[in-house]
Amino acid sequence: MEEKSMSDIKVKVKEKDLNTIKEICKSFDNKPGELINVLHKTQEHFGYLPAEVQEVVAQELNVSVAKVYGVVTFYSFFTMIPKGKYPISICTGTACYVRGADNVLQEFKRQLDIEVGETTEDGKFSLSCLRCVGACGLAPVVLVGEKTYGRISPEGVKEILEEYKEL
Amino acid sequence: MHLLVCGGTGCRAAASDSIVESLKQELENKGLQDDVQVIMTGCFGFCEKGPIVKVSPDNTFYVQVKPEDVTEIVEEHLVKGRQVERLLYKDPEKKEIVADSKNMDFYKKQIRISLRNCGFIDPENLDEYIARDGYMALGKCLTEMKPADVINEIKESGLRGRGGGGFPTGLKWEIASKNDADQKYVVCNADEGDPGAFMDRSILEGDPHAVLEAMAICGYSMGATKGLIYIRAEYPLAIKRLKIAIEQAREYGLLGKNIFGTDFEFDIELRYGAGAFVCGEETSLIHSMEGERGEPTIKPPYPAEKGYLGKPTNVNNVETYANIPVIINKGASWFNKIGTEKSKGTKVFALAGKINNVGLIEVPMGTTLREVIFEIGGGIKDGKKFKAVQTGGPSGGCLTEEHLDTPIDFDNLLAAGSMMGSGGMIVMDEDDCMVSVAKFYLDFTVEESCGKCSPCRIGNKRLYELLDRITQGKGEMEDLQRLRNMSNVIKDTSLCGLGQTSPNPILSTLDNFYDEYVAHVTEKKCFASQCKDLMTYSVVEENCVGCTACARVCPVGAISGEKKEIHYINPEICIKCGACEERCKFDAIIVK
Repeated sequence: MEEKSMSDIKVKVKEKDLNTIKEICKSFDNKPGELINVLHKTQEHFGYLPAEVQEVVAQELNVSVAKVYGVVTFYSFFTMIPKGKYPISICTGTACYVRGADNVLQEFKRQLDIEVGETTEDGKFSLSCLRCVGACGLAPVVLVGEKTYGRISPEGVKEILEEYKEL
Repeated sequence: MHLLVCGGTGCRAAASDSIVESLKQELENKGLQDDVQVIMTGCFGFCEKGPIVKVSPDNTFYVQVKPEDVTEIVEEHLVKGRQVERLLYKDPEKKEIVADSKNMDFYKKQIRISLRNCGFIDPENLDEYIARDGYMALGKCLTEMKPADVINEIKESGLRGRGGGGFPTGLKWEIASKNDADQKYVVCNADEGDPGAFMDRSILEGDPHAVLEAMAICGYSMGATKGLIYIRAEYPLAIKRLKIAIEQAREYGLLGKNIFGTDFEFDIELRYGAGAFVCGEETSLIHSMEGERGEPTIKPPYPAEKGYLGKPTNVNNVETYANIPVIINKGASWFNKIGTEKSKGTKVFALAGKINNVGLIEVPMGTTLREVIFEIGGGIKDGKKFKAVQTGGPSGGCLTEEHLDTPIDFDNLLAAGSMMGSGGMIVMDEDDCMVSVAKFYLDFTVEESCGKCSPCRIGNKRLYELLDRITQGKGEMEDLQRLRNMSNVIKDTSLCGLGQTSPNPILSTLDNFYDEYVAHVTEKKCFASQCKDLMTYSVVEENCVGCTACARVCPVGAISGEKKEIHYINPEICIKCGACEERCKFDAIIVK
């Protein structure tokens, strides 16, 4: 197999995006210790962290791609799969759990026909679980994008989805 | 006159920001904008009935306010001076209206030290913090006290770390102060990861300056000039308010060089977590701040010797810091009169689950669980029976009826088989299956184990599999012993606090609810009807009137039957969602 050095990795990232990543890295002085901050900013920009993007970050901070990948996969906040247009997150904190969050989750899975961590084929919805948003008074809680829905029952799932299907 | 509107995450999720907007608009319409000030504060704690609007100075406490109620509040209360009765809090037991928050059972037993400013001040306005003695403690330390005096004061106060471990804070500071280095760091652990715990977030959202001030005091005492707050990226509001607070403190010269005209300098930066529970462990947290995977390392060396970037580092949690300015202002001897012999002061708890008053409370150490759950918490939801209370999150355990009169402090909870933890308190009722609860926590631990040491990585997975088997009705009696043995091995051999405590939810439920485990194994029964594999739904023929409601609501078409005839549930198709049972008005569907 042909050996590749870090400098000649072919990156399938558009020129413009490439520059954005470089700028982000530069804003943190290309310090390897700022890796997590760099990844936060990069994910904010792209919505997710595909392998190609990680390669650029590795190159810029002068660390191995393995290290970047290691960090990306370690933290649940970072994702390598693009989220849907309307990302749905179900709180699975204990307060929501004892008030029936699991049934709500199952209903979302059934209606969208996807598993947690997946995105629907039309790219509209993605499904994820998160740990306690701290709105325990409204348990169980569902977030669609930034919008919070409280006291959701499995019967309410359809209603929430309808709201976005038309959009 | 002031209108205080709760701006905590819970109330904002229920549209409290549009309440603020409408109030301002309405006041302008009435020409009252100069007489009445609308302030968005931090969390009031009474999340159950949010959004909350409080009128000051008369203390009228409006609950579950909607944007459309605003006109009435302004017209009635502010213009005509009459309280809007329908929005006042009604005591569910006594059926009486309680207008003044001071008289509510929820607040009566509370002593608010670390939450002192939450719900009282605008967290985005430094002047309001200063008006409530803010930065006075820092001034006192810098101008009247030597670093060693500060440490002694904290030691004497008896304050112990509120993040879970309960290590004496003063001692921690002393160790860090004695290690010489060209640079030292003060770190605030705001990576609140316990599911169902939100006290740190509420403090940061409601009173960010309290933490900044305390960190500066800590920096002065140990000789550090840099502070770092490690905060979850999932807390956007807390981050925003911290950023504003840091900016304002710098403008006022309360952070930066020559603070209070002395040669002391101190500045604070934010570092973001990225969703890893293990980062609450201090060595993991430090690695994460350095841009690495958040894996723990063996202690010693402790962070106080070798921490962030190899330099002496003091790590405390948000709530611990929030206590510091009060201790300095009022003195250690004031603080150590509150609480029990070995646990001084107060503790904040996030009360959640099957309880009437979900919310954030702060009580003196030594308050009993009964007082917290039944007096402050207002008892169990829907008149059900209390079954257990879980404290300490995934590291803690489930306590029962017989523990209700135990005074809460670090040592008592530990002796009872649970722990203080960061302060999550989840109440469970008769409908909760304790085997499933243990499984829920193990699921969490398996997900969050960093994978570095094998007892935690592999052991917890095996524990989870055993529990899963039991909840599916495939367990054997030997499994219960296996659970216990393996739990003890994992506790003894794991590298960090996560693995050393992760089997606690199993051990405590095995101790307190052994019969329930046995029923799952021998009778294949789940008393709480939670384990789906052990349940069957069927129609009670005598009660069924053939209304077809159940068949229509069934999402999988498992129910058949003609109109006005007895229906039948096909167990092969039934997914046990319970929708039919909920819909049936004739009690004709039972779960066994």
